[in-house]
Amino acid sequence: MSNISSIKTYNKELIEILRTAVEEWEREMRENNYRDRKDVFYTESGIPIKTVYTPLDVEDQNYFSKIGMPGQYPFTRGIHYNMYRGRVWTMREFSGYGTPEDTNRRFKYLISHGETGLSIAFDYPTLVGIDPDDPRAYGEVGVVGVSVPTVLDMEIIFKDIYMGDVTTNMTINPPAPVLLSFYVATARKQGVPDDKIGGTTQNDQLKEFIAQKSWVFPPQPALKIGVDLIEWSVKNLPKWNPISISGYHIYEAGATAVEELALTLADGIEYVREMIRRGHDVDSFAGRLSFFFASGVQVFEHVAKFRAARRMWAKIMKEWLGAKKKRSMWMRFHTQTSGVELTAVEPYNNIIRVVLQAMAAVLGGTQSLHTNAFDEALALPTDFSAKIALRTQQILAYESGIADTVDPLGGSYYIEWLTDRIEEEAWKIIDKIESMGGMINAIEKGYPQMLITESAYRKQRAIEELRKIVVGVNMFQSEPLEEEKRVPLLKIDEEKVRQQQIERIRRFRQDRDPAKWRSSLIELERAAMRNENLMPYIYNAVINRATLGEIMGALKNVYGEWSEPIIL
Amino acid sequence: MRMSPEELLKRSFEGDLIALSRLLTLIEFPAETDPEIFSFIMRELMKRSGNAHVIGVTGNPGVGKSTLISKIISIYREKGSRVAVVSVDPSSPFSKGSFMGNRIRMQQHSQDPGVFIRSTATRGAKGGLGIGTTLLIEAFDGLGFDKIIIESVGAGQIDVDIQNVSHTTINVLIPGAGDEIQLLKAGLMEIGDIYVVNKSDKPEAEIIYKQLQELFESENIESRTGWRPRIYKTSAVMGWGVEELTSGIEDHKKYLLENGGFKEIIRRRRVYSTKQYVKYIIENYIERYLDRVDKDLLEKISMGSVDPFTASLELVKKLITK
Amino acid sequence: MYIQEQTDVETRISLEKEVVAEEMRRRYKVIVAKLGLDGHDRGAKVVARALRDAGFEVVYTGIRQTPEMVVNTAIQEDADVIGISLLSGAHMALVPMVLKLLREKGAGDIKVVVGGTIPPDDAEKLKEMGVAEVFPPDTPLSYIIKKVRELAEERRRS
Repeated sequence: MSNISSIKTYNKELIEILRTAVEEWEREMRENNYRDRKDVFYTESGIPIKTVYTPLDVEDQNYFSKIGMPGQYPFTRGIHYNMYRGRVWTMREFSGYGTPEDTNRRFKYLISHGETGLSIAFDYPTLVGIDPDDPRAYGEVGVVGVSVPTVLDMEIIFKDIYMGDVTTNMTINPPAPVLLSFYVATARKQGVPDDKIGGTTQNDQLKEFIAQKSWVFPPQPALKIGVDLIEWSVKNLPKWNPISISGYHIYEAGATAVEELALTLADGIEYVREMIRRGHDVDSFAGRLSFFFASGVQVFEHVAKFRAARRMWAKIMKEWLGAKKKRSMWMRFHTQTSGVELTAVEPYNNIIRVVLQAMAAVLGGTQSLHTNAFDEALALPTDFSAKIALRTQQILAYESGIADTVDPLGGSYYIEWLTDRIEEEAWKIIDKIESMGGMINAIEKGYPQMLITESAYRKQRAIEELRKIVVGVNMFQSEPLEEEKRVPLLKIDEEKVRQQQIERIRRFRQDRDPAKWRSSLIELERAAMRNENLMPYIYNAVINRATLGEIMGALKNVYGEWSEPIIL
Repeated sequence: MRMSPEELLKRSFEGDLIALSRLLTLIEFPAETDPEIFSFIMRELMKRSGNAHVIGVTGNPGVGKSTLISKIISIYREKGSRVAVVSVDPSSPFSKGSFMGNRIRMQQHSQDPGVFIRSTATRGAKGGLGIGTTLLIEAFDGLGFDKIIIESVGAGQIDVDIQNVSHTTINVLIPGAGDEIQLLKAGLMEIGDIYVVNKSDKPEAEIIYKQLQELFESENIESRTGWRPRIYKTSAVMGWGVEELTSGIEDHKKYLLENGGFKEIIRRRRVYSTKQYVKYIIENYIERYLDRVDKDLLEKISMGSVDPFTASLELVKKLITK
Repeated sequence: MYIQEQTDVETRISLEKEVVAEEMRRRYKVIVAKLGLDGHDRGAKVVARALRDAGFEVVYTGIRQTPEMVVNTAIQEDADVIGISLLSGAHMALVPMVLKLLREKGAGDIKVVVGGTIPPDDAEKLKEMGVAEVFPPDTPLSYIIKKVRELAEERRRS
């Protein structure tokens, strides 16, 4: 293959003729007084866009080293040979709210409408690892997701759903080892063998410091716990994806697509290095790593981002981190349509925005997709809005024909040029983080946080100054119609959920062997001090009916809690 | 809700937080109050001031000053001291606005009635503290706080004010702070009483610790208070070494009390503060009114028919002759 | 005493006051706080920055603040306005607690504004309870700045 890479995609003769032709065309356009409606056109990441793209813009590109065939290195066009012609992406709608009973009902509803994978949204107390009777949980129990402080709550969520038949994504980070233990204990109780337990724990500890900010421990122990889970899962749960390295939250916090891509890859590098430091062969675990990105209404930029992401990760794994297996070089990713791009005014317009975002994800070759409901900017989705979101995916998959060939935008001069440009810009950020000594150091210095804060502010200014148009918000504003005012929203009776969850956890605590429970927590603390892999100890505490807040409390005793750097 | 000055003082002395907070605002912004009332209030406060131990904390942004202060507060609270914190952030020279984020690290104390934290801004001052900072110190002192911790902007060499108002000055460094050591060696930075190598869980911490040790030993260096600087290693995030640091701060206080330095520093602080106000006022005056003093002279200056130095002497004479 | 050239005594006095006032005049002070457990601080930081750039002194508390923390901070800082941001849906539980604590502690004159994912009917209820303004998603920064300035002025006058 090596000599092939020196062959240019377009031959020299054609390029020379084209160069003259383009100059001629430019002159003609000027002479005919064609003027642009703006001085400069930019992508959201700030990359200037030309009037038109031709082979001249990709003249140096070699087809095999930059694009290649789907299913082959560098995987620009997709990780599988036939992509959606084989199987369409997994339609995975992030859901969960209220009590475990409410969520069990919503899951059954989604399954009956053709959803193929489950995804649990947790409430804030669960996300930050406190029990519903903690005073800080006041007002938050079951509001943005379901409350799962004990293994019993997990059992209720999966009542009459056989866990060997579904795969489940759990969006959980610092408490990920605890929630995975709840999940595994529940599945085992249902009689599901370990090699049939499938799904994903988000478990991306580093991005919590960069964007999502449901951190608990400082970065170093956070990384340790996350990697403990990866280590344990690779050994015990062959079908489990132990981590979903997430750019989504980074994008939502205001990063550009380029920054989202670069920071996510830099996080990924850190996890792989940590596993290698622990003595694991890179090919023994890399195939189980997965990613998670946002997709935005700027379709082309996001398609290019996804293509660049696959190419960059393959290169990082092969050339930097020594992967040999093809699967280790695959970037498998889940996508969620961007929530911050949706508006509270004229909420029904969001249905159309979601179509564009979802299209970008599919054209970008995602493995699974969550489409946001149109009422995202107002509340959690109702059954109605969640149904439209799911239908959006189904129409794309089965009516539109965009899933009928692999990487349909591949070879577009613009898309190929933009993929190269995004890659180039993302490497700059990754190099900068490398020069700072890796992501942990960069986080402690506040570098990624600063990038995001700056971009968020710039985006907002652009909206204010009409450089970025949001229909209905800063252009074509209108008096809301009655239908737009009366959007039915999901209401959660938090008081009621909280009382029920408090009542349940109190009874749960009474129903356990106090001696075994106490010693399981003491053993956990000791293991943390000895720097052992904590997963077996956490699982043991779960089996001995320790609650989420109790387990996290034991770990806080050892690791302390993180407080944020001041970055504006 | 308006209160008479007497009422405001009475309630503040009784510990009413609303009154205390408003009193502090009044003091921070002297120009908003009738001069008579202002001087009455300050007189009442200064009758009682002169006892608090003022601890200045300085160091570059990102060294962990606020987190360290938060841990120091915890230790003083265990001992039953009342603690005030004045945290200074820079003002934007353009918008005059300020972003005050230091509290984030101290929010754990926000519900403790024995701790009072006030954020303030430089508001055009250039020495690392705010214009109102010295008066806030005087007020907290008069209101009976035992410890007043000042967190300066943290701008290295220009952070000079803090030494002039504090009994004990703490310089916080982190591993990799080679530049500061160079400045110290070159005599470009004033010597503090206590040096803290924070984030000492990092292996490189030892290097900077040794460098400081060598520097202070070899040169027989003393701080402004005539004390041989001490060095402590801490990790503010984990809470390591703060206990030792705090007892070092107390040793320094004892040292000052024994040699009479404690009261001397308070006297010096007041004179310094006064000079600072004079400077601000004159500087301000120059910026805003100089061109009204002698339009003809200014015209000559701009035309180049008189040189700036000669003209400045002329203008100053006009300003100071009563 | 510094001003020599002015002959008019009255001008002299007012000028003295102005001279002292310039850098020592009080600016509007705003607390920007993330109430509750959610970590979505994008909006809070954008608003904090915009307010600073508009000349406000902005105290930022960071995330995961309880109503007690927010109220005590506002009191210690003698803030004119408290800007609360929350996207967790916990606004109906937590914001009324802030209002109640402010009143109980005698700081009911401090204005409270709320931003985040607040459904319209909740916004109405919050206003009835005493929240001065609710800024739903998509509110322009210029509008927020204008409103906060008006409220700060109002508090100073009270």
